[in-house]
This record gives sequence, structure tokens and C-alpha cells, in this order.
Amino acid sequence: MIPLSWYLIFAACLFCVGLYGVMARKNAIAILMGVELMLNAVNVNLLAFWRYLWFTKVDGQVFVAIVLVAAAAEAVVGLALIISAYRRRNTVAAEEMDMLKG
Amino acid sequence: MTIQNLIWLIPLPPLLAFGIIVLFTNRWKSVSHSVALAGAGLSWLAGMVVFFRAVGVENLAENPLGSAIDWLPTGDTWLQIGVVIDPVSAVTLFFVAWTILMIFVYSIGYHNFGQPAGDHDHPGMPPHGATIREKKGGMHQVMSIEPMYSRFFALISLFAFAMYLLVVSDNLLALYIGWEIMGFCSYMLIGFWYGKISARNAAVKAFLTTRIGDVFMLLGLVGLYSATGSLNYRAALMNTELMEKLATTSSGVLGLSVAGLLGILIFIGVVGKSAQFPLHVWLPDAMEGPTPVSAMIHAATMVSAGVYLAIRVFPLVSAGWDGHALTPAMTVMAFIGSFTALFAATIALAQNDIKRVLAYSTISQLGYMIAALGVGSFVAATFHLVTHAFFKALLFLGSGSVIHGMEHGVLHTHDKVDPQDMFNMGGLKDKMPFTFWTFLIGGFALSGFPLITAGFWSKDEILSGSFNGGQILVFATLALSALLTAFYTMRQISLTFLGQPRTKAAEHASENKPVMTAPLVVLAVFAVSAGWVGIPKGFPLLGGLIPNWFHEFVGSMLHLEHEAEHGSVIPLLTSLVVALGGLLLGWLVYRNIPAGAKDPMEKLGILYKVFKYKYGIDELYQDVFIRPAVWISEVFSYKIVDKLILDGIIEGIGKAALGFGSALRKYFDLPVINKGLTDGSSMAVRKSGEAIRPVQSGRVQDYMLVAVALVVITGLVGYYLFGRGGM
Repeated sequence: MIPLSWYLIFAACLFCVGLYGVMARKNAIAILMGVELMLNAVNVNLLAFWRYLWFTKVDGQVFVAIVLVAAAAEAVVGLALIISAYRRRNTVAAEEMDMLKG
Repeated sequence: MTIQNLIWLIPLPPLLAFGIIVLFTNRWKSVSHSVALAGAGLSWLAGMVVFFRAVGVENLAENPLGSAIDWLPTGDTWLQIGVVIDPVSAVTLFFVAWTILMIFVYSIGYHNFGQPAGDHDHPGMPPHGATIREKKGGMHQVMSIEPMYSRFFALISLFAFAMYLLVVSDNLLALYIGWEIMGFCSYMLIGFWYGKISARNAAVKAFLTTRIGDVFMLLGLVGLYSATGSLNYRAALMNTELMEKLATTSSGVLGLSVAGLLGILIFIGVVGKSAQFPLHVWLPDAMEGPTPVSAMIHAATMVSAGVYLAIRVFPLVSAGWDGHALTPAMTVMAFIGSFTALFAATIALAQNDIKRVLAYSTISQLGYMIAALGVGSFVAATFHLVTHAFFKALLFLGSGSVIHGMEHGVLHTHDKVDPQDMFNMGGLKDKMPFTFWTFLIGGFALSGFPLITAGFWSKDEILSGSFNGGQILVFATLALSALLTAFYTMRQISLTFLGQPRTKAAEHASENKPVMTAPLVVLAVFAVSAGWVGIPKGFPLLGGLIPNWFHEFVGSMLHLEHEAEHGSVIPLLTSLVVALGGLLLGWLVYRNIPAGAKDPMEKLGILYKVFKYKYGIDELYQDVFIRPAVWISEVFSYKIVDKLILDGIIEGIGKAALGFGSALRKYFDLPVINKGLTDGSSMAVRKSGEAIRPVQSGRVQDYMLVAVALVVITGLVGYYLFGRGGM
């Protein structure tokens, strides 16, 4: 059986990829995609821990299902926001959305 | 429904009527008087049922009808209130119910129901008359309806409620409540035409004068409660042992016993309410109110309430009386009563206002009752209370009818004379036959016309009571005032109804509607027949024909009956002589006074002046009590204490505070707080804000960077500080 640490390393890598995407990309849609990657990394972590440490109960799977639902909802809201912002400002670049600049 | 519950319900209908009129029906005059009349009628009906049931009860004094409920918790015990019908309250209930009902009916006519609204009438002023345009083009003046018609019926309903409450109550506290409600109602009703300054003053005078008595009475009640632990008639007042104990305990005041002191204190309340000397001054002025009010206050209810209370506390007053030497409290009552009887009778001799004569005669007759109680003639006082209520209500309503007829004449002829002055009347006998005959009956009853009238029997009983009791001085005073009473009554009847009309208004006076004359007839029947229930047994010829029911009924209230038998004929002869002599003298002097003639009384010279100006008592009170009080309030309280001292202190404090405040502002607030702290701190905030401002780039990713960096740093720090050791 594949050791637990492998899964964790994989999830960490996936998380960092997502984080990099969120931090470095200009396009708001790409940032959203990065967020999805980070969420999925978390899901991998949850499932791995459940499988190795908590196999008799279903809690881990429930958590994952909730995270998936939340991610889907978040994607819906995020995309709607982005479309709305695009319609008003004619851009999806995150840098240019700085109306809260002090 | 049991009779006990019915007694509770007697006072209720007028109270409901009062509420209904005030809240709902005051815009509809006919509905208002119907409601008031229904209330009075229901109470009358209940009262009659209770009265006749009570009469049928065997030995009612020992087994009175009534019940009581717990009302107020007082420590471990309860203060009980209840109702009781014993012989005294039964006979009182009888005359109260009849007179109140008659007065309600009469009021409808007196306030001109069915007449048009007046041309210039305002609420608060008596109606001035309305102009009617005829079809042919002429116009004439008629009486106009009272503008505050509904208000009047609401108030007399409340008044009736208070009187019924007072009568059926079984303790002095509930009696006191009814007593005070009546005081308030009398204030409102005497000042009913509040647009007149004289009416306003009379209302205040009546209220304040009776208040003096009420304060003492309340003291007496409190004293009685602390001495006996109860205000119930049976538990406290009719408890012979308790009364004996109070009579032998010294109160430490003026050498009086506790019973004597409390009796005198409560008696002062009676003096105020029943207008005895020296608190009589309010009653003549109370004539400012509408005439039904005068009848209500001066005959049926309020003044009767005073005597009723005196009858109720008689066991207290007479505690320790052995039938011969009077107790101090009884001496006070006998003195005040007989003095007032004579004093008021002399004033009545010289009054020209038809209602004022009656007012003074009321004071005089109440003095009779008080004097009778003072000499121990308990039954005679109660008897006179009943008969007096009937004939005095009759006389007042009759005088109101005369005034009403005269006002009609005044409006008809535009002859602006005072419709209440008897010297403007004369010859009304043929114009107003119903009023004349009933007034004659009432007047004869007041004078004590022998054998026929009720007043004769009750007055005779008082005279013989005082004579047989050995109180010759009281007897002589009362006999003299009886003579004067007969004289001024005949003077009044002659001036009003006999001879020739002395003014054009009197020529055109007319009889009133049946709604006003019918109550007169009913009361006239009682003014005659109420005496027949109390014909003494020892009376020559008539005695024993009709059993002396009243004496047995009311006399059973007292355990010890001291009244001597009617052995002597001297009081009888005296009352015959004074009544007939006074009437004859009055008729001889006044039967034919021509217009413009002077009052023959003026031949008395200085005495006439003294009587006319009421011994100057009003002026004396004005100078001794009212002027100093006004001076103190205007000069001392207002100018010196209020304006100078209090306002000085207050304004000084105000000025000092103002000066202190502006100094603070100038030298502390503006330089230190504003410049230093406020401006400085705001500047600091502003500067720091400008310095940190660039941090807020508005870019999400910058914030994210900071957040991630912080998480990483926190994680590393946590790991190095806590993590390694645990791993």
C-alpha cells in the first residue's frame, strides 16, 4: 500500500501549485482555478487521513462531499462576479480591480 | 336573587348611568336623561323592595339584613366592607329613594327639555331664552334648554350613587367614601353654572367649609378605629360594653373621655356637612346651583347624610349617659343644634330670595335634629330627618317651580326683574295652582301645622323629648325658633302667592308642565302622610288610633331607651301655639303687600339689619380667615418667600453656574481640550493614516501575499517554539 506520506506530499505540491496560481496569475478566472486546485489538495488530504486513520467511520467522506459542494457553489458565485465585473469594467485582470485602494 | 345581594345592587344603577352618560350618550340629551332616570328608577325599585322586606322582618334591629366581604388586608386581619339594612338605614333608604326619583323627574322639566336651544346660551351659564319666529311674522321669547343638560344628569346620578352607598353601608369607612363623593358632586353642581363668578365662589366655599369638618371627622374615624379595631356599626358602635369602656377611659384632652372626644370629632364632620353653626356659611351660597341641586343637597341627600351620621354615632356620643345628666358630647350637640335652630331662623326672617329663606330654614331644621340628638331623643331626630326630607324637597322643588314660572313671565314681558326675589312676586296663587297648593302643604309641614302635617308630629316629638328630658333651655330655644319658622314660612307663602302681583313678570307667570308638578304632588302626599306613622301613644284623642310604628321600629335600635313617656301636655300646647301663632302672625303682616312697599320687618330697625346681613358671619370669616390667608399667600408666600428668597436662591445658583461654565470654557475647554487633546489626537490619527495608506493597494493578490506570508511565519514560529519538543 502506498504510504500515507506520499499522499500528503502530493497534496502539498498540488496546494502550492494552486497557491502560486492564485498569487501570480493576472486573469481572475485563472485565480479562481487556482482556488479550486487548493481546495482539491485539501480534499486529497482529508481522504488520505480518513483512509489511513479513520476508516471505520464515514466522517471524512462527508467532509469531502461538503467541500466539493462548497467549491462548486463558490465557483458559481465567483464566475458570476467575474462576469459582472467584466461587463462593467471590460476587464478580468485582477490588478486593475483596485477600487478599494486607500 | 336573595335580598342580601339586592342591597349591594341598590347604589349601582346610578353609577352605571353616570358612566354611560359621561362616556357614550352625552351628545343625546333625551338618551342621557332616560339613562339617568332608568338608573334612579332601578335604585328606587330595589330600595322599595328592600324596604318592605326589611319592615316585615321580625326584630330587624337585632337581625339586620346584609352581608359583608373581605376587602382590604390589614396585617393578619381583613378590613371588611358590607351592606346592612337596619331600622335607621331602612327609613333613610325610603325617603332617599323617593326624593331622589322625584328630583330626577323634576329636573327634566326644570332644565327645559323639549324647548329650543337658546339664542346666546353658553355652557356654564344659565339658559337665557330663545326667540321663536311665528308664521305671521311676529316673534316671542320662550325658555331655552340647558346647554349642559347631559352633564347635569351625569352628576346627579353620581350624587345619587354616593347617597345610596352611604345609606346601605355597614361601616363608617364606606360611609365616609360616599360622603366625600357627595362633597365632590356638590362642588361640581353648586358650580354647575361656572360662568358665573358667584357660582364659582360658592362652589369653592362649600367645598372648603365642609372640608374643615371632614378633616376632623377623619381624625375621629381613625381614632375610633384605633380604639375599637373596627369601623363597623355593630362591631364598634352598637357594642355596649365597648362603648362603656370608651366612656370611662380618659382621653387626656380637656378632661374628655375617649368616647366623648371621638364623638365630638365626628360631630364636627356633621357640623360641616349639615351646615351647623359655625360652619353653616356654605349652605345659603350653595343656592347658586340649579334648584334641583338645592333640593338634592339641602333636602334629600347631603345635609341628611350629616344627620344620618350623627344618628349612627349616637351610641358613641351618648356613651355613659344615664338618662339625666348629658354627656359632654351631647351637651355640645344640644347647644350647637338649638343655637343653630334659632340663629338660622332669625336670619331667614329677613331674606327676600325665595331659595335663601329655604336654605336658612334647612339649617334651622337640621339644628332641630342635632339638638334632638343632643338631648337624647334619638327616635325624634330620625323621625324629623325623614319628614323634613320630604317637605323640604317639596318646598325646594316648589320654589324652583315658582322661579321657573317667574322666568317665563320675565321672558314674556321683557320685565327684567329678579325672578327669585319674593317682593317681585305676589298673587301667584291663581297663576300656578298646583305649585301653590303643594307649596302650602310643604310650608305648613315646615311650620308644624297641627294634626295634619308630618312636620307637626316630628317637631312635637322633639319638643316633648327635650321638655321631658329636663332640658328646659333647649326646649325654650326650639319653641322660639318654631315660632319664627312658622312666621317666616307664612311670610314666604304670603309674599309669593297671596295678594296682588307686584310686577308684570308675576302677572304673566304660568304654571309649569306636569313633569315638574307631578313630583310636587307625590312629595306633598308624603309631606302629610309621613307623620302618621309616628303619632305618639300618649297623644290626646288620636294617640293609639294608629300604632306608633316609627317609634317601635327605630327605637329598637338602642338597647337602652331613655326617652320618657309623653306625660306632659305643655310641649303639645307649646307646639300648637307657636305653629298657629306664627302662621297667623305671618299672614296678618304679609297678606297684602302692595308693589314697591317696604318689608314690614324693617320696623325692627337694627335687628332687621343684623338678620338681613346674617350677623355679619360671612364678613367676619372674610376678614378673619380669608383676607389673612389671601394676604399671606399673595404678599408673604408669593412676594417675599417665592419671589425674593426662593427665586433669589435659584437665580443666584443659576447665575453662578453660568459664570463658572463660561470661565471653564474660556480657560480650560478651548485651550486645553480643543487645542491640545482634540486637535492633537485628530492630527495624529490623520498623519498615521496617511503613512499606512499605501498598504491598502486594493489588489486582492497583494493582500493574499501578506496573508500567506503571515501564515507561513506563524507556522514556522509555532513549529520552532512548540512543535519540535513535542515531535
